[in-house]
Amino acid sequence: MSDFNVKYVAHLARLSLTAEEEQKFGAQLGQVLGYIEKLKEVDVSQVEPTAHAVPLVNVTRPDVVRPSLPNEDALRNAPLKSNGLFVVPKIVE
Amino acid sequence: MLNSLTISELAAKLAKRETSAREVTQACLDQIQRVDGSIHAFLSYDAPDALAQADAADQAIAAGATRAERPLLGVPIALKDVLAVKNQPLGCASKILAKFTSPYDATVVEKLKAAGAIVFGRLNMDEFAMGSSTENSAYVTTRNPWDTSRIPGGSSGGSAAAVAADECLATLGSDTGGSIRQPAALCGCVGLKPTYGRVSRYGLVAFASSLDQIGPFTKDIRDASTILSVISGRDERDSTSVPEPVPDYTAALTGNIKGLKIGLPKEYFIGGLDKEVTDAVNAAVKQLEKLGAEIVEISLPHTDYAVAVYYIIATAEASANLARFDGIRYGLRVDGADPIELYSKTRGAGFGPEVKRRIILGTYVLSSGYYDAYYLRAQKVRTLIRQDFLKAFEKVDLVVTPTTPTPAFKAGEKSDDPMQMYLSDIFTISCNLAGIPGVSLPCGFSTNPKLPIGLQLLGKPFGEETLLRAAHAYEQSTAWHKERPNL
Repeated sequence: MSDFNVKYVAHLARLSLTAEEEQKFGAQLGQVLGYIEKLKEVDVSQVEPTAHAVPLVNVTRPDVVRPSLPNEDALRNAPLKSNGLFVVPKIVE
Repeated sequence: MLNSLTISELAAKLAKRETSAREVTQACLDQIQRVDGSIHAFLSYDAPDALAQADAADQAIAAGATRAERPLLGVPIALKDVLAVKNQPLGCASKILAKFTSPYDATVVEKLKAAGAIVFGRLNMDEFAMGSSTENSAYVTTRNPWDTSRIPGGSSGGSAAAVAADECLATLGSDTGGSIRQPAALCGCVGLKPTYGRVSRYGLVAFASSLDQIGPFTKDIRDASTILSVISGRDERDSTSVPEPVPDYTAALTGNIKGLKIGLPKEYFIGGLDKEVTDAVNAAVKQLEKLGAEIVEISLPHTDYAVAVYYIIATAEASANLARFDGIRYGLRVDGADPIELYSKTRGAGFGPEVKRRIILGTYVLSSGYYDAYYLRAQKVRTLIRQDFLKAFEKVDLVVTPTTPTPAFKAGEKSDDPMQMYLSDIFTISCNLAGIPGVSLPCGFSTNPKLPIGLQLLGKPFGEETLLRAAHAYEQSTAWHKERPNL
């Protein structure tokens, strides 16, 4: 756990934290990670992972055009919009 | 009082024209006015819209619509703030979605409306369904109707409290690690988590997609069965919904459980279990035996690892699901010098502490170099937990356990200690990891103060009929479900 760096992981998650949050979350999550260590007791060498518990595989549907959310409905919660588009900060100079 | 009726009692009165949908809806709104200032189950509700839906239901009844066609006709049902209702707010009790309104209905909402329900209100919850007390709501902590110094449980605390306080006839919530069953137990109502895949998740804001499932809170098992029949079924908009036939679950409520084999897992009756909870659950087990069930001691040997597995898998999935809240297409936006700064500032300002903790933990267990040690290992132990249940179900039809280790705790008691809060879900988490159905129903009360105690029954995958049959037989042989808090 000594290599658990809250600041670095928060950056990966695109999450800005205050100095106080960094310190508090670091301590609290250190405790949680310590608890999680108990999984190392289990012999999983012969066990397949379970991603989900649904008795289904490869659910598909016919590849045909169908109605989707109208443009104005898709945009109605946008923080900033213009000409039927989302407005975002400049990415390319 | 009309607001304290069960769905089946109301249906009988509506059929005999003894009351109207408008009267029962008004009775619920009056009760909210009277008690919700101290309970805080609702974040918001639209009274004129609810009454307009009620009038439409009354017109349908006058035109000859029957309960057989529309089993929830005229029934006021409120929703956890995690389900989409077209043109209504959807906030997940989070600042990041403070101004969001849904552009469409969730599948369960379409189904409730088609069945005639009056769908109204936004019920409080832990932010993004992450928590066990509603203390992680960005707005308010819901209070337990039996003792307002205590929490109602979570994350669907508002959904449980609203039913227990007779503010509506039934509610929907969502359950990822116990978020329906735990608050139902602590508030003294029925809470049902269906089999994973039984109910479409379309229009449910995702927390942990391999664990999340929508289910009802009701005043008795018959009402839970009625709602489950309405909301279940394959939906092409959710590829994890399963094309199993949907029976009329109320037809399974025969009252007869003679010869049913019910497993008692020894791993659930260990240290930390409250004395009064132990006594109430033991008495319930005796009662099931008296009704003709055969009680069999069983072992679920990997139970002790469930909380650790859950907090890896659920946070990993949450960290991916909550990446969509980036300030671009909807929700809060806090501007930055570049897109990365915009994302970070938006998420830093919009999410509360528990959501941030879980995103960080989930990102960490998925990150390069740690994936195998944490996430993959957790998925393998998940297999063992699921196998424990499948093996047990070769010998027994159902499993019985306490829903929670203690009755409702006090507000503030665990809010600064995430690990203690996580351990309050110790008996409900395995059910989600295994993907099986579970129900919590009242089985007694603590004495001082008087607080509800919940009995949990767990069933085979898609075994809801047997699960509900046993729960109903037990419920009807006791009077616990008829007790109401003094408000």
